[in-house]
Amino acid sequence: MKPDLRFELLDKDAPRVTVRFAGQAYDVPEGANLAAALLAAGVDAFRQTAHRGVGRAPFCMMGACFDCLVEVDGVSRQACLMQVAPGLDIRPARQLREGPYAAR
Amino acid sequence: MPRADLTIIGAGPAGMAAAAEAAGAGLNVLLLDEQPTPGGQVYRNVDEAAARRGKILGRDFTRGRALTGALNHPRITHVAQASVWSVEGTNVAYTAPDGAREVVSDHVLIATGALERAMPMPGWTLPGVMTAGAAQIMLKQSGIAVREAVLVGSGPLLYLVAVQLLRAGCPPRALVETQTRGDMRHALTHWRAALRGWRYLQRGAAMLNELRNAGVRRHVGARDLALLGSRRVEAVHFSCGGDLHELPAETVLLHHGVVPNVQATRALGLAHRWAPRQHAFVPVLDRWGLGAQPGIWGAGDGAGIGGARVAELSGRIAGLGIAHEMGALSEAERDRRAAPLLSARAVEMSIRPFLDRAFPPYAAALVPADAVTVCRCEEVSAGEIRRAAEQGCAGPNQAKAFTRAGMGRCQGRFCGLSVTGILAEMQGRDPGEIGYFRARPPLRPVTLGEVAALHDPDDPLVQAGPHG
Amino acid sequence: MDADFAIVGGGIVGLSVAWGLLRAGQSVVVVDGADDALRASRGNFGLIWVQGKGLNAPHYARWSRRSAALWGDFAQELEDNTGLDLALRQEGGLDLHFSDGSLADCATRYAALRAELGGDYPFEVLTGAALMREEPGIGPKVAGAVLHPEDGHANPLMLLRALSEDVRRLGGRLETGRMVSQLLPPGEGFALGCADGTVFHAGRVVLAAGLGAAALGPQLGFAAPVTPERGQVLITEKLPPLIRRPSLIARQVGEGAVQIGATNERAGLDDRSTRKGMAQLAAEAVAAYPALAQAQLVRSWGALRVMSPDGLPIYQESEAVPGAFLITCHSGITLAAAHARLMPNWILGRDGAPDLEVFGEARFAV
Repeated sequence: MKPDLRFELLDKDAPRVTVRFAGQAYDVPEGANLAAALLAAGVDAFRQTAHRGVGRAPFCMMGACFDCLVEVDGVSRQACLMQVAPGLDIRPARQLREGPYAAR
Repeated sequence: MPRADLTIIGAGPAGMAAAAEAAGAGLNVLLLDEQPTPGGQVYRNVDEAAARRGKILGRDFTRGRALTGALNHPRITHVAQASVWSVEGTNVAYTAPDGAREVVSDHVLIATGALERAMPMPGWTLPGVMTAGAAQIMLKQSGIAVREAVLVGSGPLLYLVAVQLLRAGCPPRALVETQTRGDMRHALTHWRAALRGWRYLQRGAAMLNELRNAGVRRHVGARDLALLGSRRVEAVHFSCGGDLHELPAETVLLHHGVVPNVQATRALGLAHRWAPRQHAFVPVLDRWGLGAQPGIWGAGDGAGIGGARVAELSGRIAGLGIAHEMGALSEAERDRRAAPLLSARAVEMSIRPFLDRAFPPYAAALVPADAVTVCRCEEVSAGEIRRAAEQGCAGPNQAKAFTRAGMGRCQGRFCGLSVTGILAEMQGRDPGEIGYFRARPPLRPVTLGEVAALHDPDDPLVQAGPHG
Repeated sequence: MDADFAIVGGGIVGLSVAWGLLRAGQSVVVVDGADDALRASRGNFGLIWVQGKGLNAPHYARWSRRSAALWGDFAQELEDNTGLDLALRQEGGLDLHFSDGSLADCATRYAALRAELGGDYPFEVLTGAALMREEPGIGPKVAGAVLHPEDGHANPLMLLRALSEDVRRLGGRLETGRMVSQLLPPGEGFALGCADGTVFHAGRVVLAAGLGAAALGPQLGFAAPVTPERGQVLITEKLPPLIRRPSLIARQVGEGAVQIGATNERAGLDDRSTRKGMAQLAAEAVAAYPALAQAQLVRSWGALRVMSPDGLPIYQESEAVPGAFLITCHSGITLAAAHARLMPNWILGRDGAPDLEVFGEARFAV
């Protein structure tokens, strides 16, 4: 099954805007819940876990589980507590990566 | 610092009802809630969704508009998208879209509701696996329906979500139910409770009928559950009636009951007791919802699972209790107004023993097998908890220190009861004796910058200084 | 008799000593309290820290340095035995200063200590470009730092776990959930009575009960003048590398989380975290490392340091009841290696024992 066939958008006439996730553009309904909109747009994994490096996606949709963590403007946030706004540039939640100096 | 007579945390049925009742009695109420619109999880986005999708979501949902409507009161200030991260006595700190805030009030009502009970089983962390409540929230808030869902677990919510998806034009592929026919027979021996809840039973029967007519397959008494897949979920494996099944699935929805969200009441240091029938800890409160600390109240599912109507009633009852404490209502008036609410609550609660027995939690998920991840955040397995316990850790807090279970972003919300359950099983003791993780702030995410903004350089912390 | 030694307290101090005694061939039972007991071992900052120790007491500076020097070998042995990673990094630590005055004042005091120690006290003052090169995450509000090359940090919880596992592997008995309430010195050895009615018998007893020593100590003839001092700590989400060397303000652990600490508050037995304390810590951390402003706070806690009147450890064998030892300090991590490797010889009166008389209770008898 194609990703977009996993979900049915009931409000088909909702105005759509473009957001970026991990560098890729997605057309999603404006004002929709960000986590739900990205899921319905076919985003499979929102982040990779720190220890095992496996993918995670929204689980509770009510702010409790933190599996939908993403990074917006340098701050990690729960996508399920955000709304779609035009031009949002979303990254998967930050992992250990090169910072101001090389990793120890 | 801004002040209010009453600060309410959570704008679900309990919080909204308490706000209306207290404001009606003349109190100034600050209602803090994390969502963009009031309603809590059960009435999420009800004002918009009732109009657009009322037929799909049903009358039990659309009735929530009465509660949101009552918030339009000059003495109620509803702050949306407010995350409460610290409660110190009746002094509350939260972040809102316009920054970090503190408020001091005479009374604080914790109405933070319930969480879906964690259902740890092989594969439950895979993308494509969500809670049934999550699917329902997507439907309510965003008008997005899961197609071809496989619902796994037990309880009335499982049927409700299945029916709502069906009405949205997305019939589920199957229901894999962990309760047995024996559980229902056992529950029916509580026929008094069942009789009182005949409305629920009738509604339940109607839902099952609707699913049957739509050809949705039900597997009752499923065991040995495992969710299979590599990068995302691909199938649900289980045994049922002696047969092994493997259903292909792109989306799996888990549910086996809800438990009180006790982060705030725990952080405040209120006493909690183990409620064996609910398989969860509940804060110790009096009949009005008052805890053992001055000005600290609880209402709704966070004070003990009762469902939306009980939450609303207990919110009203707490609202009256608080209004009386503030001198806005005489004792006689409080009691007069509360009498019908208290008896309605007792009637609503009388169905619970029946429901709890008819739809018990999936036993294998209460005490998961070694290989199963229990702490989703720090990726700690049940076996690691057991090994730590064998090293002689007496309780959950030592287990947390040894394994990192409960140290992650969700702060133990999803693994706390699993860790307690595993230790209780190993030591052959009651979960109430084992205890629970100690909760500390932040209750919700807050950046260091936002915390730092509360620092007053002219009033620094009194410190003893470093040590030689 | 249950064992040659009974250790009251299964925290870092008690387990370090127990581990050392086991390796010295003694049999040991460690009697440890409840899950919700006051436990500095579960709440400390994880520094192995020489800097600032013994500025007015050179013997304490020497003792801390001796332990810091033993730490690498000590950690290696525990890691080899248990397979756990103690995350020891001992590449120096920083004391950050926000004003030139306080930096200069601090440097002067270290110079005096160095003179008192015959020139053997390494430290370096870093400012400007040199500091930025060493610690690129530091912000402009920091005037400079003192770098002490022997300082470092480790994962204190893994140390606790490794000690508890290895004590059992070495044949020690670890009895958890038992609150010792009575210490009776009968004719032959000691009897430890627990709140749950259990009694343990041992030839000798080591009181390493942290703040619990204040109540238990007098039963064995100790003054045990220990009082609580609260330290609050914050911890962030896992972040990209930002902090290279630990400072007294913050350290970054291997998984990326930044730990921020700690306050020094007289708050009695209240180990809660407070918003005022959290705000103070956060403000200081953001001033030192500005990028932390955007980091999410994940956890906070408070824990109670075990303070003696002068802040130094107390090591004392009871004069009234020979065979009873009091061991207590507020730097159980730094001193763990010394407690494990050097203390047993002192307890057993063997050759090569360190001279710990200066840390006795006599110093308080004024």
